[in-house]
Amino acid sequence: MNARVLPYVLILPVTLFLCLFFLYPFLLVSKQAFSTGSGFTLDNFREVTSYWKFPTTLRNTFLLAAAVVPVQLALALLMATMVNKMQKGRDLILYVWTIPLGISDLAAGIIWLAIFEQSGFLNSMMNGLGIVDKPVNLLTFQNPGLVFLAIALAEIWRATAIMLVILVAGIGLIPKEYYEAAEVFGASPWKRFTRITLPLLRPSLQTALVLRVILAFEIFAVVAALGGTLFPVLMGETYAYQFDLLNSGAAAAMALIILAISIGFTLIILRLLRVPKGATI
Amino acid sequence: MTFYSKILGAASGLAIACTGMAAQAETLFWSTQAKPVEEAQAMREQVLGGFEAGVDYQPNDGGPWLTRLNAELQAGSGTIGVLGALHGDFSAMNPDDLVDLSDMGVMSASGTFNDLAKLGTDSMQYIPWMQASYIMAANKDALQYLPDGADINALTYDQLIQWAANAHEAAGEPKFGFPAGPKGLKHRFFQGYLYPSYTNGVVRTFASDEAVGAWEAFRKLWEHTNPASTNFSFMQEQLLSGDAWIVFDHTSRLAQAFNERPDDFVAFPAPAGPTGRGFMPVLAGVAIPKTAPDMDAAKSLVEYMLKPETQIATLRATNFFPVVDVALPEDLPPSVKAAGDAVAKMSGSADANPGLLPAGLGDKGGDFNRVFVDSFERIVLAGQDIRMVLDDQKGKLAAIMEETGAPCWAPDAPSEGACPVE
Amino acid sequence: MTSVTTDVAAPDARKAGKFVYVTAVVLLCAWVLVPIYFLLINTLSSPDTVNSFPKPFWPEFDLGSLTFFAGFAGMLTALKNSILVAGMTMIMSIVIGAPAGYALSRFDFRGKELFRLLILLTRAFPLPLLALPLAVMFIQTGLDDTVFGLALVHTTLAIPFAVLITFSLFSGIPIELEEAAWTLGCTRLTAFTKVVLPLILPGITASAIFAFVISWNEVFAAAVLTIENRTLTAFLLQNLDTSPLHLKFAGGFILVVPALIFIFAVRKYLFAMWGIANR
Repeated sequence: MNARVLPYVLILPVTLFLCLFFLYPFLLVSKQAFSTGSGFTLDNFREVTSYWKFPTTLRNTFLLAAAVVPVQLALALLMATMVNKMQKGRDLILYVWTIPLGISDLAAGIIWLAIFEQSGFLNSMMNGLGIVDKPVNLLTFQNPGLVFLAIALAEIWRATAIMLVILVAGIGLIPKEYYEAAEVFGASPWKRFTRITLPLLRPSLQTALVLRVILAFEIFAVVAALGGTLFPVLMGETYAYQFDLLNSGAAAAMALIILAISIGFTLIILRLLRVPKGATI
Repeated sequence: MTFYSKILGAASGLAIACTGMAAQAETLFWSTQAKPVEEAQAMREQVLGGFEAGVDYQPNDGGPWLTRLNAELQAGSGTIGVLGALHGDFSAMNPDDLVDLSDMGVMSASGTFNDLAKLGTDSMQYIPWMQASYIMAANKDALQYLPDGADINALTYDQLIQWAANAHEAAGEPKFGFPAGPKGLKHRFFQGYLYPSYTNGVVRTFASDEAVGAWEAFRKLWEHTNPASTNFSFMQEQLLSGDAWIVFDHTSRLAQAFNERPDDFVAFPAPAGPTGRGFMPVLAGVAIPKTAPDMDAAKSLVEYMLKPETQIATLRATNFFPVVDVALPEDLPPSVKAAGDAVAKMSGSADANPGLLPAGLGDKGGDFNRVFVDSFERIVLAGQDIRMVLDDQKGKLAAIMEETGAPCWAPDAPSEGACPVE
Repeated sequence: MTSVTTDVAAPDARKAGKFVYVTAVVLLCAWVLVPIYFLLINTLSSPDTVNSFPKPFWPEFDLGSLTFFAGFAGMLTALKNSILVAGMTMIMSIVIGAPAGYALSRFDFRGKELFRLLILLTRAFPLPLLALPLAVMFIQTGLDDTVFGLALVHTTLAIPFAVLITFSLFSGIPIELEEAAWTLGCTRLTAFTKVVLPLILPGITASAIFAFVISWNEVFAAAVLTIENRTLTAFLLQNLDTSPLHLKFAGGFILVVPALIFIFAVRKYLFAMWGIANR
């Protein structure tokens, strides 16, 4: 088969599949965002963006993504390189590190709430060590910083594994000779990491970052469990419009705003970490 | 060859799955109530086990519940036989989507409930199924801090605030608990308890001077409220853990505390304010969507739900009280006894000021709640000026009332047309 | 002089480095495992203990909460449905997704950027909003309430992962490798199956893990699209947050275990480092 047609044949199944099960319902839903009963309108967008909580939800979502994603990236890179040079017990350690992957966000929220709540494990521990003489209230409206920290920690715990698995699979493809050669020339481990691992891992880094950033803007369950009503995020507001206020137009508008933000960041990442067609030796 | 046989196998598998669906005999009971796993199990085994044709009881979160229902209505065919939900869920629906149940021959013993169930039409859109209310509960250890001369069964808001303050001082941390979490029912407290008790109204008096007084009182109470309350949705958890000593919540959201440690807690009526002891009921109903696959089975299930024995079994399973006249047996779970006593004292008190459920709001019920929740977040959490917030939110409330044309409900004085915000 | 000191210092530095390394591994393991351990403690505690303070740091092996779920009607069927849906999702997302990943990495074609955007869009829009039109479509076509229908929706969620992961791994494999195979008489297809496919086994494994856990943990579509054939997640998880604490933890635990078993079973394929890496 010739090289002009082949790519289209290869992407045909995905395209058909997504048109049927994603694009079709997506277009139906998006249409609602631009109508309030009659004709084309931007009223829904005006309504959701003028709601007094909107700037807060937007800020919270951004702050959280900005705090969580870089840490996750660094942590995932560190874990991936560590596990890669391990001689024994490698797959066991890797297994342990990927465990949070199997835990849904709802369950993760339950687990971390059990740690941070007033009579939770963290207070029990501090109590046992004599740091505090009675349980302190951590997740309250007076310490928004702590609430933010708790949510960020839970998110880092839960979702670092997503990046880790992608990076581990990618790191395995980097030829060992490069490292051996670098060692012969006396390159320090840090040099080897920045000059070999990072550039050659670019395709995987790109994928991991894109997927993680998109998911970061959709964060909801963990935030709801730990932040309660104190830390509204975009996705929570979307669900509130859809299921509490029964305003599917406004919900669709919110979802499209999230989508636009995600796409924007995705394009930035794709540009920064451009991947050439097929790596060359 | 093998590939072909695989496809054949897959196709036949699909066919079996499809016929499995068509042969479904049980009536699907699609409910937003009795969701906690234990309650759902009790509904299946103790309440619905006696229905001979068989019931598939499926409780769901509001989101999936509504999505599935709307999908079936849009598709014009469905599997849901009977719907179980709150009055507010039904009033958000288009009455045409529900089957007229006027000629069923069953209804609740309360004329008010039956009127509510008509959803503004001339016919019964749903049948009242079970009822509950909101009450107060406290750890018995906290009783010693009750202010002098206060009767726990006839508290005023001032006394409650003083009590919470005393407990705060004694414990060294605030011990009042309030369900202000994401799934908490805080809006019902403002609509059915605080406003009626201070302003003798909800909509008309929303931005009155008395309302400013009500919010000032609540601010004082909040000073003695566990600041983690914005995470609390089921106060039974905080009662049991000791994070809160005095709490307000839905009777069924306090049940676990009374059932696990019946001797440690006490239930009592909500407090009274200058205009009486405001309180409001919770009403759940059963209805049949027009897409029900087997109308006769669905109707007989609705009838079954209203039978006295079923109503008592439901009470045991869910802590929701019967809506038909029935003598309650002696051997009820501790939670039911405690809640029943508290509700009886509340409605029997000399200064009782019962409110009704919001009616006529249609699908704006959520927006109506949001007005109160936003006021709470701005006044109490963000510390904004009360007068300014109320004047600001008043416009939103007025717009909702005008758009829906909903007339006033008790304790607001009746209105011609849409209930005005004064 | 200097050379002597470095000679002496080097083993020390190496030792110190090793120590730091091992400590880091242990700490990271603890970071992951301790929260899980807390979940285990609460699962194996009586309701009283779950609500007590201070919390114990050793499970008391009270099986009450787990036994409750053992008696829960329909658990086994739900478990079977969950496994079926997750398995189908896994196979479909890889079979459909991997060719597209290959195309993205090897060819420049018109509409490539548009295609890539479509893939990403899929992940950036919340499923609960899409569930209504999907459910209407499924009811009308008879896919409603079937394991296969739900697997189709979950595949939609898993496909972006499958396409992008396989894309990034194909991109990491030098095209010269394939070209060499062609010159040695392989066709495009045999070059692919004999040279490239073994190399991206880790990628396939990673995609499989994602597809499995995405499907396993998905609640909303499962709750809306299955009635008779409920999955375990739809059966348990969506009602957990309104349940008493001790059942919350036990239910959460029951959901976690099968996913962990699956990841454990496939973990070593993530390191299928034959071929290029060991040349």
